[in-house]
Amino acid sequence: MPAVQDTVDRVRAIDVDQYKYGFETTIEMEKSEKGISEDVIRFISAKKDEPEWMLEWRLDAYRRWQTMKEPDWARVSYDKVDYSDIYYYAAPKRPAAMSLDEIDPEILKTYEKLGIPLREVEVLEGIAPERRVAVDAVFDSVSVATTFKAELSKAGVIFMPISEAIREYPELVRKYLGSVVPVTDNFFATLNSAVFSDGSFVYIPPGVRCPMELSTYFRINERDTGQFERTLIIADKGSYVSYLEGCTAPKRDDNQLHAAVVELVALDDAEIKYSTVQNWYPGDNEGKGGIYNFVTKRGDCRGRNAKISWTQVETGSAITWKYPSCILRGDNSRGEFYSIAVSNGMQQVDSGTKMIHLGKNTTSRIISKGISAGRSQNTYRGLVSAHKKATNARNFTNCDSLLIGDQCGAHTVPYIESKNASAVFEHEATTSKISEDQMFYCQSRGLSNEEATALIVNGFVRDVLQQLPMEFAVEAQKLISISLEGSVG
Amino acid sequence: MLEIKNLVVQIEDNRILNGLDLTVGDGEVAAIMGPNGSGKSTLSYVIAGKVDYEVLEGEILLNGENILEMGPDERAAAGVFLAFQYPLEIPGVGTMTFLKACLNAQRKARGEGELSTPDFIRKVNAAAETLEINRDMLKRALNVGFSGGEKKRMEILQMALLQPQFCVLDETDSGLDIDALRIVSEGVNALRAEGRSFLVITHYQRLLNHIVPDTVHVMSQGRIVKSGGKELALELEASGYAEYRASEAA
Repeated sequence: MPAVQDTVDRVRAIDVDQYKYGFETTIEMEKSEKGISEDVIRFISAKKDEPEWMLEWRLDAYRRWQTMKEPDWARVSYDKVDYSDIYYYAAPKRPAAMSLDEIDPEILKTYEKLGIPLREVEVLEGIAPERRVAVDAVFDSVSVATTFKAELSKAGVIFMPISEAIREYPELVRKYLGSVVPVTDNFFATLNSAVFSDGSFVYIPPGVRCPMELSTYFRINERDTGQFERTLIIADKGSYVSYLEGCTAPKRDDNQLHAAVVELVALDDAEIKYSTVQNWYPGDNEGKGGIYNFVTKRGDCRGRNAKISWTQVETGSAITWKYPSCILRGDNSRGEFYSIAVSNGMQQVDSGTKMIHLGKNTTSRIISKGISAGRSQNTYRGLVSAHKKATNARNFTNCDSLLIGDQCGAHTVPYIESKNASAVFEHEATTSKISEDQMFYCQSRGLSNEEATALIVNGFVRDVLQQLPMEFAVEAQKLISISLEGSVG
Repeated sequence: MLEIKNLVVQIEDNRILNGLDLTVGDGEVAAIMGPNGSGKSTLSYVIAGKVDYEVLEGEILLNGENILEMGPDERAAAGVFLAFQYPLEIPGVGTMTFLKACLNAQRKARGEGELSTPDFIRKVNAAAETLEINRDMLKRALNVGFSGGEKKRMEILQMALLQPQFCVLDETDSGLDIDALRIVSEGVNALRAEGRSFLVITHYQRLLNHIVPDTVHVMSQGRIVKSGGKELALELEASGYAEYRASEAA
């Protein structure tokens, strides 16, 4: 039996059920009636105490959504979602917390188990000397805690649940909401526009470098509930922000829908760095259960010299349908996409990016690393396009796929369109298997099968891991090992 | 130190080793020479534990213990080291990261504590200096973009760092220019010691001018067909392998 066969068997034998975050929190919830209707949307809007314009915006989206069709071009297959059989709003029954002390202790415990630092007081007083990251925690449909608000507001940074921002900063929200991902962009984005319940809102004023990393942590807890969060980040002229997003969900036999929209706007000379570690429940080994992750993420480099950088580590979800993209509108603007997508068991990933070059001298860079194991299918799908006025647009794309075993698939589907003769687009792609000789070499130096696999895989994804904030990179590295080896620590 | 008894090995129904016997004593440097296809590289892989090879008969005893049941990593921890003829490239894995992972894995398997980072760096730097390996090379991904000579020196660096008991050098001289041959040989000679034995596999006598063996064995058709002192290598250099090929054919 070849050396690699052992690894293959081991990976195959992994019960994806060993998902570490699969516990459930018992807590009283308030939900909308099941299914979607204008009444449900009115209910959500009323719950959020929204102004009339917001309700109209939602209803408009809902009416359009009813005429739309679910996209079927991705290389994934799944039982269609019954949109009348899910709850579109679920929130812990306790009234919204004014301070951390008022949060239901069960929820605090949940985040503690997940390793998310919500107790900023302890951090501030040095009781828990964690790195200072401001966190917005979204539990099912609502934001339950946003930390370090006061300190951030000193710098003029607005970081709050989007439901609050709609009430407190209506002019900012109205100006930018839906300006990057239009209401009718696609089936899932339109659905999100109708029913989104919470998410994070960030505004960085001109010239401000956000004093700490901002982070949102999404948790789906309630059964039969969809999560539709909405994130809007605006970096005003000359500002900078680094934003992290993490996601987990309990183990369940049925599939749950997650259809989020993230919009980023970078004005002149501004920079946004957006990092995701997505670890939604992937379903069991036979493909039962797991999250459908249908997400629209897009950034608009609206000003000159603006820069938007997406980094994602995708290890979870039964189905991933996700293409964080950049519109390079401002001259000299830059877009980046760094991705590691790991699939195991029966997971299906269809992910990539779009780099739309509109302005002059715009540049973009795409580094995508796909790792497939088990019986999973992993597709990179990307579009790089230069429009007529995009003189001197440049793109560099590198897509590498690594296969572990002989029952998984890796696919690369790059689209390149250029309407400007001065554009230079480069595309490199490789597909490889961990070679038996590499494994033997490592083992002959004393590394176990698992250690050798982890080492080679980590080498494979190194270019991308380097893009993550340091502590996040360590986490991500661990997560990748766990996803591939089932050695839940 | 190492005792091989009646080793019969095949790969995909091709018999490569046909009842090979070989003993290498404590502190001994044994050379194996032989024509192409005589099974020299197979022998080195079987000692290190490559799984493609099917061992039909025989034993390999390291200090009296049969290592054939052990995985390659366990053999490494027990003190077996193979310097590869074609060292593998591991993209994205820094050389220092790799060295440290290997060293600590072996220490762990032997129930020893991990080496501290300063101690580790000191050891690597000392070994690198002897082998004229510059620091930049240590910062690059393991073997990626290394020249043939650099790769071979990296093998000897690993050997120096891991301090094995039984070292197999599989055609370490192939692809080396005269200077590199001297550096590599000096590196090996520096490691010669009581409690450490070498099996040097080569086509050519020239390596044995630098690494002077205690014994020389001629291999043909999967067996040792002649053994002698270092002068046997000189005879072979003069007469070639024809005699051994002919004797097999007869």
